[in-house]
Amino acid sequence: MNPVNYLYLAALLFTIGATGVLVRRNAIVVFMCVELMLNACNLAFVTFSRMHGNLDGQIIAFFTMVVAAAEVVVGLAIIVSLFRTRHSASVDDASLMKL
Amino acid sequence: MENLIAPLIAAPLLGAAVLLVGGRRLDRGGHWIGVLLSFVSFALGLVLFADLLGKGAGHRTLTQHLFSWIPVAGFQADVTFRLDQLSMTFVLLITGVGSLIHLYSVGYMAHDERRRRFFGYLNLFLAAMLLLVLADNYLLLYVGWEGVGLASFLLIGFWQHKPSAATAAKKAFLVNRVGDMGLSIAIMLMFTTFGGFAFGPLLGTHEEPGLVGGASEGKLTAIALMLLLAACGKSAQVPLQSWLGDAMEGPTPVSALIHAATMVTAGVYLIVRSGAIFNAAPDAQLAVTVVGAVTLLFGAIVGCAKDDIKKALAGSTMSQIGYMVLAAGLGPIGYVFAIMHLVTHGFFKAGLFLGAGSVMHGMNDEVDMRRYGGLRKYMPVTFVTFGLGYLAIIGFPGLSGFFSKDKIIEAAFAKGGTEGWILGGAALLGAAITAFYMTRVMLMTFFGEERWRNAPAPSPAEPSVEPAAEAGGEHAVPHPHESPKVMTIPMIVLAVGSVFGGAFFSIGDRFLNWLEPVTGHDHGDSPLSAGVITGATMVCLVVGVALAWAQYGGKPVPALAPRGSLLTRAARRDLLQDDFNHVVLVRGGEHLTRSLVYLDHSLVDGVVNGTAAGFGGLSGRLRRFQNGFARSYAVSMFGGAALLVAATLLMRAV
Amino acid sequence: MSFPLLTATAALPALGAVATAAVPAAQRTAAKWLALLVSLATLALAVTVLVRFDPDGERYQLTENHAWIEDFGVRYELGVDGIAVALIALTALLIPFIILAGWHDADPLETGSRRWRPTQGFFALILAVEAMVVISFEATDVFLFYIFFEAMLIPMYFLIGGFGDRAHAHGEETAATQRSYAAVKFLLYNLAGGLIMLAAVIGLYVAAGNFSLTEIADARANGTLHMATNTERWLFLGFFFAFAVKAPLWPLHTWLPNAMQEATAPVAVLITAVVDKVGTFAMLRFCLQLFPEASKWATPVVLVLALISIIYGALLAVGQRDIKRLVAYASISHFGFIIMGVFAMTSQGQSGATLYMVNHGISTAALMLVAGFLISRRGSRLIADYGGVQKVAPVLAGTFLIGGLATLSLPGLAPFVSEFLVLVGTFTRYPVIGIIATFGIVLAALYTLVLYQRTMTGPVKPEVSAMPDLRVREVLVVAPLIVLLIFLGVYPKPVTNIIDPAVKQTLSDVHEKDPRPEVEAAK
Repeated sequence: MNPVNYLYLAALLFTIGATGVLVRRNAIVVFMCVELMLNACNLAFVTFSRMHGNLDGQIIAFFTMVVAAAEVVVGLAIIVSLFRTRHSASVDDASLMKL
Repeated sequence: MENLIAPLIAAPLLGAAVLLVGGRRLDRGGHWIGVLLSFVSFALGLVLFADLLGKGAGHRTLTQHLFSWIPVAGFQADVTFRLDQLSMTFVLLITGVGSLIHLYSVGYMAHDERRRRFFGYLNLFLAAMLLLVLADNYLLLYVGWEGVGLASFLLIGFWQHKPSAATAAKKAFLVNRVGDMGLSIAIMLMFTTFGGFAFGPLLGTHEEPGLVGGASEGKLTAIALMLLLAACGKSAQVPLQSWLGDAMEGPTPVSALIHAATMVTAGVYLIVRSGAIFNAAPDAQLAVTVVGAVTLLFGAIVGCAKDDIKKALAGSTMSQIGYMVLAAGLGPIGYVFAIMHLVTHGFFKAGLFLGAGSVMHGMNDEVDMRRYGGLRKYMPVTFVTFGLGYLAIIGFPGLSGFFSKDKIIEAAFAKGGTEGWILGGAALLGAAITAFYMTRVMLMTFFGEERWRNAPAPSPAEPSVEPAAEAGGEHAVPHPHESPKVMTIPMIVLAVGSVFGGAFFSIGDRFLNWLEPVTGHDHGDSPLSAGVITGATMVCLVVGVALAWAQYGGKPVPALAPRGSLLTRAARRDLLQDDFNHVVLVRGGEHLTRSLVYLDHSLVDGVVNGTAAGFGGLSGRLRRFQNGFARSYAVSMFGGAALLVAATLLMRAV
Repeated sequence: MSFPLLTATAALPALGAVATAAVPAAQRTAAKWLALLVSLATLALAVTVLVRFDPDGERYQLTENHAWIEDFGVRYELGVDGIAVALIALTALLIPFIILAGWHDADPLETGSRRWRPTQGFFALILAVEAMVVISFEATDVFLFYIFFEAMLIPMYFLIGGFGDRAHAHGEETAATQRSYAAVKFLLYNLAGGLIMLAAVIGLYVAAGNFSLTEIADARANGTLHMATNTERWLFLGFFFAFAVKAPLWPLHTWLPNAMQEATAPVAVLITAVVDKVGTFAMLRFCLQLFPEASKWATPVVLVLALISIIYGALLAVGQRDIKRLVAYASISHFGFIIMGVFAMTSQGQSGATLYMVNHGISTAALMLVAGFLISRRGSRLIADYGGVQKVAPVLAGTFLIGGLATLSLPGLAPFVSEFLVLVGTFTRYPVIGIIATFGIVLAALYTLVLYQRTMTGPVKPEVSAMPDLRVREVLVVAPLIVLLIFLGVYPKPVTNIIDPAVKQTLSDVHEKDPRPEVEAAK
């Protein structure tokens, strides 16, 4: 199978994720969309690794997963505490960080 | 002997310092210090004069070097005095007339609470004027030149509580400053051209021509024209004449000393002193004669229309100085006569002013001649001395004005060519007008009915007429009386001078022989014989007197000025010169400064404040991007990433 | 090692400032006396410098040279030439008068009130400014100069913003707003100039490898240090901009009227007579010595700007309604003369400019301090609020007139000598500019006499009818200044003797000679 197809899929997934981040208000969904984007990248990295015949892409994919895991830990904690204080999971309600 | 020159100046300077710094404790007797030091200066002048007379005609120049004033690289100005025949003449005139006027002022200012200061200023004036005529270089002369301007400013504005006096003082100083600009540019030109400005090396002597000979005519003309500008300012010559009439706001002794006898003649001194420069610049000389001729007619016409006795005399002063400037512009033909007329004028004009002051003193400070009349019975001494001054100024045969003015008219004709005829004609016409306006003053003041007995209240309906000074509220009938001795004695002395001065100078050409070594002399060749010119002058004189008699002697003088012809009305307003100044300079200047103040605030400052406001506004805009919505930040991140990718692709494509 | 006289002259007022600030709050009067004594002691030191200085000796004398920040080649290097000596003497001379004139300017607003007015701070700040100005005149290391040139802004900012003129028509609130506006404007203008200069200072280090004025100037003179034409020009512009702001030169002048208007009269004198002189002094010392070719390149533009300053400042002075603003604009006009003299590149012009700095300091101090006395009596700065003061307070009016006459450069008073020298110096090389500048003397007469006429003459206004004449303290301030004005007008030789050799050397730095007269006396 032509590896380029995997790249098309990665691009599609990334676009879906990006659109979700921009369009959705629910923090959980935004969060999941970010994960989607990250994994789309992972897919692209692995594909590149296969196409170029070396391991660089796969290594970076592992890094990405570590970052994603860390992000899940911190991000979910923030979302939970936000929901506790505001009784809402909407990202637009958390707009205090401005001048 | 030359060591006496500095004390000559120092004496009145000391007087000024003592009187001005001394404070109230000198209020009672301080004025006598001023009088004394003025006479000391006169005495020193006489001693020096005797010394000069004892020397040969060629060796009558004394110099005293005091110290180096401004020593900067190539620029060397010294405090050095030079006493030669020309400055000696002035020294005697200044200290002589000055001392008499000091004496007169003791009576005139007897009741003024600020008398001490008045004498301080008078002494300051004497010192500055002596410095002016004794300086050995142009820069030091400049110090005296502005010094007399300062004294004049202080004395014109002596009654400062009157706004008119304060304004007149300011005006005099400002107009003079315009002239001073000419003098400073002249000095700068001398420095760049000759590397110095001391009289000796620059002007040279008869035997030994100075540096002036080496310069181009263009440069010399420029220098001479700038000197002329300076002379115009100080001597109230057209176009810088406007201050002299207003200067009559000062006390009358001031008008006599500063604005008639001495300071206003400084311009003539400057031109005669710089004769070497003018002789080498014929174009500038022509300009000088034109200025003189125009002013002599201008002043005479203004003098005819004024009802204020002092302003009529001021017009006359302007006109007489016009004669002197005209003579000075004629070159070596006229220098001596310019100075001779200057001296005789110093006598009779000072006498006339003191007489006017005496009249005002007896008439509750009334200056409007339409409210005088028939005063000869009440003030006999004033009448006689004033009358002699009058005869002298109109050039009555045998009196001093006759000799000096006649010589100038002759010299004007001797200039030759069309110029000679025009200048001579103007001088003759001026003589006729002089006779007219002086006769008018004489008749209105001392003859006719006693109009002051039923003086009408000043009418506000005639704004064009000069308001009758400060009379405000005092409508009591005055009781004319003769002035005290301390005032009449100086008047008598000056009258004697006006009668015999001219004859004394002219017989045997005494004055000519005295001054010739300094100024040089040239007879010129007149197209008319001296007899014809004298005859013509006499005709003019008679015509002028007769016209005045017809108008003011034969019929009663109206107590209010008639409307008069267009020329009369213009002349009452000083031939509209003030209106011109007002519209063009004052109004224009006000608009200019106001718009500049506005511009400074809105444009220059506005650019700066605008920059500050601009940065503030920009920050305000940028702040809006920081809206707190996580998704909008996300958009900008995506936008940025997209841009980066696009840019990278683009670069690769290229 | 000899006694570090120059350091002492700068350190004494600095220490005095600290000591004055440390005086307990209750002991106001003690603080004042302490400040006055310190300033007098500084004057004594400055006189010692003046005496020890040999006009015909080496160019920089009484030098001190120590390593400071070795990594950057910054040294603590002091030395004075004739120009600096004259200006140090002027500074040290004026400060006691400023302190004496401002004796009550920082007193508590109401007697008995516990509201703290920092009297100690006022006098300490004045001494601090003195210290920094003096060391700026002494520094021959560009970086050292830069530091104090900038640091001066801090005490000046507090003096302007913290101790305003109490004569304010619109109440304390507006006064405070306008005061802080003026202080911030002062600070921003000068900081902007200073930052650009900092860039140029760093650029100079890159180009020359050290900061020493003497070394760089020598290297430039004997050709070992070559600078590209463009580099030199940019560096010159950087330095010049800062000095032109400080001087101030049109169109960078607008901070001065605001600052002088809002500050108390003594502080206004401090600004215009002392601090601003650092700007014009630095043009002579740094611009001309470090960048001779660029200075000549910029001369036409600078001369035109100076000419505009002269005429523009005078015209604006005529149009002012506020006495202190009027004096400020007059000063702008005079600074135009000074800068013109510096850049005329003739010995008369530069001697005249240096002399002008000294004379302008004295004459402005005389005029402004008397104006301050006048304003404090009536509580208003508006010219229209006065009239007929001459009748009520003749001594005040007389001294005011003399100050005014000095401002209009009356011959016989000191400023005339310098103004004429500047005019002649400019005229010999640029006749047209010289002639136009001469119009300045007419305008100067106009604004001075208008001011005098409106305030001092005419009928006595009821508000001024009870005005007391000058008090003893005030006479003590004004009389010596007037005596100096007259003395230096009649006999300026002591000052010109000191200045002249230094000016000759500066002129040879820029490779210029005076034009020769057209007609020369036969030898």
